[in-house]
Amino acid sequence: MSQENFEPKIVVFACNWCAYSAADLAGTSRMHYPPNVRIIRVMCSGRVDPQFVLDAFSQGADGVLVAGCHPPADCHYIDGNYKAFRRLMLLERLLESMGIEKERFRLEWISASEAEKWVKVIKEMVETLKKLGPLKPKLEVTK
Amino acid sequence: MMEKPKVAWYWCASCGGCEESFVDLAEKLLDVFDAVDIVFCPVAMDFKKEDIEKMPDGSITVALINGGIRLKEHEEMVKLLRRKSKIVIAYGACSSWGGIPGLANLYDIDEVISRKYLEVPSIENPNKTLPSHITKVKIPDLPNEVEIELTKVLPRLLPLDRVIEVDYYIPGCPPTPDVFWNALQAILSGKLPPKGTVLGASQKSLCDECPLNETKPEKILLKDLKRPHEVIPKPDECLLAQGLLCLGPVTRGGCGALCVKANMPCTGCFGPLDNIIDYGGKALSYIASILDYSPMEEDKLKEVYDKIPDWVGLVYKYYLPASKFGGKVNIKKSKAFKEVVEYD
Repeated sequence: MSQENFEPKIVVFACNWCAYSAADLAGTSRMHYPPNVRIIRVMCSGRVDPQFVLDAFSQGADGVLVAGCHPPADCHYIDGNYKAFRRLMLLERLLESMGIEKERFRLEWISASEAEKWVKVIKEMVETLKKLGPLKPKLEVTK
Repeated sequence: MMEKPKVAWYWCASCGGCEESFVDLAEKLLDVFDAVDIVFCPVAMDFKKEDIEKMPDGSITVALINGGIRLKEHEEMVKLLRRKSKIVIAYGACSSWGGIPGLANLYDIDEVISRKYLEVPSIENPNKTLPSHITKVKIPDLPNEVEIELTKVLPRLLPLDRVIEVDYYIPGCPPTPDVFWNALQAILSGKLPPKGTVLGASQKSLCDECPLNETKPEKILLKDLKRPHEVIPKPDECLLAQGLLCLGPVTRGGCGALCVKANMPCTGCFGPLDNIIDYGGKALSYIASILDYSPMEEDKLKEVYDKIPDWVGLVYKYYLPASKFGGKVNIKKSKAFKEVVEYD
């Protein structure tokens, strides 16, 4: 696939209470956004284990977005997003050392009413990933 | 008399510590020699590849292989041993997941070779000679130059099970004599567990057998991380509670908490428990969960994370080649060292 026709695959882990509802709202409000995302609903962004993100990348995702509720007090489970934040901040460091560009991984806080933010974040991410190109599979050796 | 089971013992990219652990069986070694015939063991006995090639397929009962697969030679030898053996066991951390030599997967092969042969402070190589597949050498008594052939190097180090089918794993860096002995008993008894099982070690995490487990608080929340050289830990309190990053909670037990008993945090050489997707990811997840910071304190959290200079080295010390990425992504083919072969 040439670089121009490249359509990035983005795996989104969206929390049930905020980000997933925002995606719903974007849908019912008939907002348009690129179809490159595969949304996985999780009950809380704190449920997103760094292993899931590593797995998504190794199975062909070009980008991963984790979206949860705004800190300090939006989380349905009080501090699930705090845990997500600490985990994913650390994961960012790991990904960078493994040669994965930091633009490929994003953590965003999107509340249930922020359909516009949802659309904006997805659009931005697709654009950035199109510039970056596909993530090479792990055993491919580049010249 | 019934024929004794035949055992082959081979080393790939390993340091020799695994052989050492075999010798550490001490007087139990005599029982081992009573029970089995060792047919191949390059570290101690003079057998050649041809000797193995001459044996009928499947005639070796157990092949114990330690070390990761770094060279074409390793790949050939383990494929040969797989054909000749009924059971193949990955012995030790390197063979199971790549081990410490596997951390080289964070670099392109050119960087690895130049570091090893040109840059390390202990090397003296004024002519900047690099190893190559074919080298011509003039030997004084011979009329012509002779060609010396070295094996080729793979672009990445691979765990054994990425190259051949592996039946069982014995973990550890190196496996302790007890673990090896337990595994050996399981093999010799003939009552073997399902394929892919880890032999000789525990099914629970290290904390379960750690003598300091009683002092581990119900909930640990840390404001700071400490590295082993910064503090002298109290010997009677859980190391995690003292701020030292001990990987015990995510690591398989079976070693008897040797490091913790010597006041050193666990570095994870017994590898992951069953059903773990990626050891490093799991370790990260647990470390982040015990830090007591909120998203409003981002700067302070960054400072704490900055205290550990090499997170990959910490959480993937023994596991990088078996991890989801296997090392750095987009590694480059060698420019200088053309003999590098792509792994098929």
